[in-house]
Amino acid sequence: MADALVEFDSVVKRFGDFTAVETMNFTINEGEFIAIMGPSGCGKTTTLRMLAGLEAPSGGEIRMQGRVMNHVPPHERDTPMVWQSLALFPFLNARENVEFGLEMRGVDAVTRKKKALEWLDRLEIGEFSERDINSLSGGQKQRVALARSLVTEPKILLLDEPLSALDANLVIRMQSMLSRLQRELGITFVYVTHSQSEAFAMADRVVIMSRGHIAQIGIPKDIYRAPENRFVAEFVGRNNIITGTVKSSSGKLVTIDGSLGKFKVALGRGHQPVIGDVASFVIAADLVHLTTTKPKAGNVIECSLISEEFIGSVVTLFLETSDGSEFKVQIQERELSDMDLKHMGRVFVSWESDRAHFIGAG
Amino acid sequence: MNRDRMLKWFLYGYLALVLIFIFAPIIFSIIFSFNSDRFPTIPLGSFTLKWYETIWQDPDVWEAARNSLIVSLSVAAIATFLGFATAYTDYRYRFKLKPVYLALILLPPTIPLIILALAMLAWFAKIGLAGKVISIIIAHSVLTAPFAMAIIRLRLSQMDVSLEAAAWNLGADQWRALRRVIVPFCRPAIISSFCLTAAVSFDEFAIAWFISGLNKTIPVIILEIVTGNIDPQVNAIGSFVFLTSITLVVIAQVVLMTREKKEKVHHG
Repeated sequence: MADALVEFDSVVKRFGDFTAVETMNFTINEGEFIAIMGPSGCGKTTTLRMLAGLEAPSGGEIRMQGRVMNHVPPHERDTPMVWQSLALFPFLNARENVEFGLEMRGVDAVTRKKKALEWLDRLEIGEFSERDINSLSGGQKQRVALARSLVTEPKILLLDEPLSALDANLVIRMQSMLSRLQRELGITFVYVTHSQSEAFAMADRVVIMSRGHIAQIGIPKDIYRAPENRFVAEFVGRNNIITGTVKSSSGKLVTIDGSLGKFKVALGRGHQPVIGDVASFVIAADLVHLTTTKPKAGNVIECSLISEEFIGSVVTLFLETSDGSEFKVQIQERELSDMDLKHMGRVFVSWESDRAHFIGAG
Repeated sequence: MNRDRMLKWFLYGYLALVLIFIFAPIIFSIIFSFNSDRFPTIPLGSFTLKWYETIWQDPDVWEAARNSLIVSLSVAAIATFLGFATAYTDYRYRFKLKPVYLALILLPPTIPLIILALAMLAWFAKIGLAGKVISIIIAHSVLTAPFAMAIIRLRLSQMDVSLEAAAWNLGADQWRALRRVIVPFCRPAIISSFCLTAAVSFDEFAIAWFISGLNKTIPVIILEIVTGNIDPQVNAIGSFVFLTSITLVVIAQVVLMTREKKEKVHHG
């Protein structure tokens, strides 16, 4: 296990009556790419601002390399940030922007210029070093902002939705650049975003936040395939959540009886369902089989087709079950064109028990 | 279509009339300042620089010009500094009595000049500052600081809220962030506020007349010349004052507008 760089120890942040972050405990490791994700107002940006010293925690401790940081002013930290608005200084050119942090640290003019140019070159915008900030494109500005933050060679870089202003093509390119940069530098990136694709594409670990709480921390695959609670299951991916009463539990397999029928669900570690309790499980939209004839056995729901959403090679179908709830299925476009489905036509979804994921009462 | 055109011409005509009423007296004043006749009548006499020579040789006018220059430059510096400080306080901090604070700051220009002047005179007499150049400077600073504040506040409102935090984030303490980020960002507004407050102070008559005592400024001496007799010298001084003020105002506008244009063009 890598060394802890940052520790959040029961951190609380209140603004008046509003609690933005509540008893947050987690550790960020050295050299890790961690993404903090959640809907707007979940406390992710507040968390990042506390790391930068722009907000002081109302309770608990934030430690960096063992040192309590709660009241260290921002300029005495080495936690540069890439801002959502980029916040480049409009009255300085690209190179002068990059030099700013070095100048504040008392680096002499010659070294400053040399380092700034090195970084602009490294980010492939060396030729624009003397250009006015306002004359650069969105992607070029982004790179200047990155160079400005990295030029002081920090141990940690904070990124606050840095790609949200860029168009889709550029986002993909900047993602691969950020990933590469983080690997090469070996420093910690803390990346706040509301975009699932950005978080999953780049991060080693993802923190999902909801209303000031951490809903789940884990590697992207676990977050995606093994959501721990209803919030994560709904927020991430295309998941169907089915609720019912626990009928029987064999230790490895639990049977849940709901309004749509009886379903067998494989049990993960840490769950001990009690018979008679209300419990839910998740079945991902891309893990189900879609057929027009009723399968003989297994977990089956009969549905009718309501609408479809076409995104390239994958299609999402929106189905309606007998109790009126929605069920989502994702299949390959070519599979769908072989099936000849009709609007409101009858279809069956089915899945193996080990594809479903038990989330308990959550 | 036709009505649109009529409206357009009507508005043009209206604008022309406004400009004529504002500028005609000034233009006549400038023309007569080069006219050899003692009385401003048409037809004009011959071209002369006599009146300019007279004021050039008048030590009282020189004295007044010197006072006006000292006063307007000092006022511009003080008012711009105060304006910047109050605008920044308003931008940066939230506190309970902020509306009261802002109302107090913006109050002076709403008080009738004569009342402000009388109050200033009474107050300065009490504290032994009456009739000094410094008293005009203080009074004019009070009068013009709100203009400076308004201009700089507008500029600050256009600033990305993350800009100052970005400076802290890169290792600047509050003072350095102020000096290296806020002030440069506000530079166009600071320059134009300096020019405008200088122009307002340079032209201001009522307060200066009440409290200047023997230290007359240009507007005060103009009144003195006019009340004595009809003297085309006034036209010469007037032309000079007009030129100074309009230059300052134009500089202020140009500085503000070029910056805004530049920022707008590249934002797209």
